[in-house]
Amino acid sequence: MSVTPETAPVTAGAGGPLLAVENLRVGFATEDGRVQAVDGVNFELEAGEVLAIVGESGSGKSVTAQTIIGLTRSPNSHIEGSVRLRGEELTTQSEAQLQSVRGSQIAMIFQDPMTSLNPVYTVGRQIVEAIRAHHSQVGRKEAHAQAIELLGAVGIPEPERRVDDYPHEFSGGMRQRAMIAMGLALEPSVLIADEPTTALDVTIQAQILRLIQDLNRGRGLATILITHDLGVVAEVADRVLVMYAGKVVEQGTLDDIFYDPQHPYTWGLLGSLTRLDRPRPHRLPQISGAPPSLLRLPSGCAFRPRCPHEFAECKEVPGLLPRLPEDPNHLDRCQLTPEQKRRLREVEGRIGLEEPA
Amino acid sequence: MLRFVVRRVVGAVAVLFAISVLVFLIFNVVPATNPAQRIAGKNANPQLIENVEKEWGFDKSLPEQYWTQMKLIFTGQVTSYSQAHINIDQRILEGIPATASLCIGAAIIWLSLGILFGYLSAIRAGGLTDRALTVLALVGISMPVFWLASILLYYFTYKIELFPSNGYEPLSHPGRWFSHLILPWITLAVLFVGFYSRVLRSSMLDVMNEDYVRTARAKGLSNRRVMVRHVLRNSLIPIITLFGLDFGAVIGGGAIVTEYLFNIEGVGLFTAEALKQQDFPSIMAVAMFGAFFIVLFNTLVDFAYAYLDPRIRLGTSAA
Amino acid sequence: MPPEPEKQGVGARQGGGPWAIAGRRLRRNKLALFALAVFLLIVACCLLAPVWADHVAHTGPNTTHTLEKLHEGGEVKEVVEPSGKAIGPQFFAAGGRFFLGADGHLGRDEMVRLLYGGRASLLIGITAAVITTILAVVLGLLAGYYGGFTDTVISRALDVIWSFPVVLLGIALGIALAVGGLSIGPIHLKSSSLWIPTLIIGVVYTPYMARPLRGEVLALREKEFIEAAVAQGAGVFRVMFVELLPNMISTIIVFFTLNIANNMLLEATLSFLGAGVQPPNSSWGTMISEGFEALYSQPLLTIIPGTAILLTVLSVNVFGDGLRDALDPKSKVRYEARVGTAEPEGGVV
Repeated sequence: MSVTPETAPVTAGAGGPLLAVENLRVGFATEDGRVQAVDGVNFELEAGEVLAIVGESGSGKSVTAQTIIGLTRSPNSHIEGSVRLRGEELTTQSEAQLQSVRGSQIAMIFQDPMTSLNPVYTVGRQIVEAIRAHHSQVGRKEAHAQAIELLGAVGIPEPERRVDDYPHEFSGGMRQRAMIAMGLALEPSVLIADEPTTALDVTIQAQILRLIQDLNRGRGLATILITHDLGVVAEVADRVLVMYAGKVVEQGTLDDIFYDPQHPYTWGLLGSLTRLDRPRPHRLPQISGAPPSLLRLPSGCAFRPRCPHEFAECKEVPGLLPRLPEDPNHLDRCQLTPEQKRRLREVEGRIGLEEPA
Repeated sequence: MLRFVVRRVVGAVAVLFAISVLVFLIFNVVPATNPAQRIAGKNANPQLIENVEKEWGFDKSLPEQYWTQMKLIFTGQVTSYSQAHINIDQRILEGIPATASLCIGAAIIWLSLGILFGYLSAIRAGGLTDRALTVLALVGISMPVFWLASILLYYFTYKIELFPSNGYEPLSHPGRWFSHLILPWITLAVLFVGFYSRVLRSSMLDVMNEDYVRTARAKGLSNRRVMVRHVLRNSLIPIITLFGLDFGAVIGGGAIVTEYLFNIEGVGLFTAEALKQQDFPSIMAVAMFGAFFIVLFNTLVDFAYAYLDPRIRLGTSAA
Repeated sequence: MPPEPEKQGVGARQGGGPWAIAGRRLRRNKLALFALAVFLLIVACCLLAPVWADHVAHTGPNTTHTLEKLHEGGEVKEVVEPSGKAIGPQFFAAGGRFFLGADGHLGRDEMVRLLYGGRASLLIGITAAVITTILAVVLGLLAGYYGGFTDTVISRALDVIWSFPVVLLGIALGIALAVGGLSIGPIHLKSSSLWIPTLIIGVVYTPYMARPLRGEVLALREKEFIEAAVAQGAGVFRVMFVELLPNMISTIIVFFTLNIANNMLLEATLSFLGAGVQPPNSSWGTMISEGFEALYSQPLLTIIPGTAILLTVLSVNVFGDGLRDALDPKSKVRYEARVGTAEPEGGVV
């Protein structure tokens, strides 16, 4: 399966980042009180890059992604901060203006392709709809032909036949490919993939990740990959953001995160990965406890209740800072010294999070 | 697909049969008095009762009674003793155009208004429009038909003589046909408008939270397009099926009171009169007629549902 | 519609089980509470019918006053004029007598009749709802839990009743039983008994509640706590009444409430057509039937009992609706004031 590059990879750094998110904060008013789902997230996405945002449920990763294209706007949501696409501010745009950005400049695909595609329309019709919504001058036949091409480009066999099938007639992996095809229809510069493999079999997961990687390398498609699975990240990402309780707790390159992680939460995530190249531990370590309720966040560092290395400073909310002098792009929120971190993260010969005392 | 059709039709016939048995039991076994006497009506003499016994087979066993009575009804030979020996089946057939005019007209009104109000309620959910429409809908479904009819009749046919107060004019005079039917249409439709607007609202709110609506927005479709092509389209499926059932029920016997109040000479009026006279044969026949329509529409609804939802039409998904 | 924020983790809600949460939501719904108050007020008034009859109106529901005259503030009015037209609402002009006027040419006190008629209508509506609920719960549990043959038999039987137009079935049963009463085994009911319309209405609406309940049982049956209970050796009754039933209570409550509304409307329709409450009893439905004869000369005789039905049924429906909203864990839109700050346009700073 191959992907023919239709555009040459865009060179990075040509006059500022492609997508810049600055101090993004998203709050919701619910009947039980106010929930700050995203609390001060900053990142930049360069053209052709794959950025992974990792975290458990409730960490704010999906809300961040959806806010980029304005899907979280509602009477009971409160959005602050800035999202700039090629320098143009998106948060202040009207709904109509954002509609021209969605799909054509920034495309988003979601977790469960079974429920994310309308069951009463054929896949082809839904792709055609996307095309003609942005390019109304394209005729139906032409759009249909484009849909067939797109299905073929993502590796669906016999696309000319399958284009008129309904979503439930596809297998899980094929459905997700079809969703990706729909995302590519307008040749966007950014693809946001929200847990694209979570609802799929493990074997299919690898295929979809390969497809995303090919699209990224072949077309220079900048990608934001949202997931809770660090294993997925290791395959494809260039840079990684780790989120917890609405805040970014660690941020750096793939190597930074996997070989020199600075935050205990990251250690916990890494520790719970099974690895084929190491002997199996007695018990798969897990981070004890559960993510906090966003209605009642712990004071100070939000990870405190689950962290075995907590100490006095943790009562203050730590800032997201570069704490390694040699690496200004590797940021984290843990106030332990780098030496302490290197020592404490070794558990049973591998990186992990110790059991609390 | 063919197997699906055959299975449904067989099921429908089975249900009709069961209903006929039920009707038979209700009218012949359940009551405590002599069935022949009841059929002969209030003004019967012993000779008449004896004739009835013979004709209706009360001197024979229950299954034979059933067979005899059903034959009478279905071959159009059942006559009414209470109402001047009219042929009941014929009378029913004669009443169909009026009943159909009433029901179809009301159905068009309630479907369009119900969908309109439900749609408005849903897109402005939680707001003032929604609250107002919800209260209106609740009033609509709480309103007894005769209360509304009384008010309409009193104010619009008596106090202000805007419309004629009763009777049915055949379609050959469209103007008069319309003016005779407009008030009955409103009366019959009000309850359903309330109900349907709430069903559609609920259905749309459910659908609005579906993932595929989020995908549609993420594709950059306009709000109008998302609402109509994705939300409304999918929300209408339960409405259409509900409509089929309700329409069948209305034709089958839901318009009795309305026809009676407005003196529309349809099947419903006939039923109401038969009730007043305690005319059993007529009521039996009308019950079968009503049941037939309900079963017919239930089956049609099953077919419609299969057509509207491709998942059902095409069977289970691929591996 | 914007996404709900992702799961908020353990202990997200402000304490209290689902009932406490529902209670709070219900308390915030002023409209529903108002409707409940109205309904209770109506019930109270009807229960106090004898009090009104004896101490205010000094008459009974069937007592005629055809030849009487009223003396009010110097004027003399005939309760029933020679033409047959009865006196209109007096309110308190005659000390509470003929508060809502007199009916037809019999000159009975309309208010007294209204209160007594309401007793019958409410009694039938609520009792029938109890009957329907019991039947529906039992049938739903049996069909859903046992499945197989039991389920097929029960479901088919329910289907047949369900296929019958409600009004038609009610009429059929009503007329059949109106003539000679009911005699099944040890149960003998006179044709004038109020139990007859009650039983009819109770049976007619059973499929509408039984089917959804059966669906819930089917869904609950697959859950693990049922498997656990069975594995622990719990008997059938224990599973049904201790494990399954409590989880269905909220659905049952909502259905029960809304069923009362439907029952009252059905009773009124049946009584209006002569297939419901039989003389000498009267209900709001029979009152409307009598009043309809004189619609143009005395519209109030039809409108008054009709309005009583409307207000009662409306209050039940509004309350039932609020109850359903409060008990539904995923209710889509709530009408109470929004908590916390929110900008109407989706706040952009």
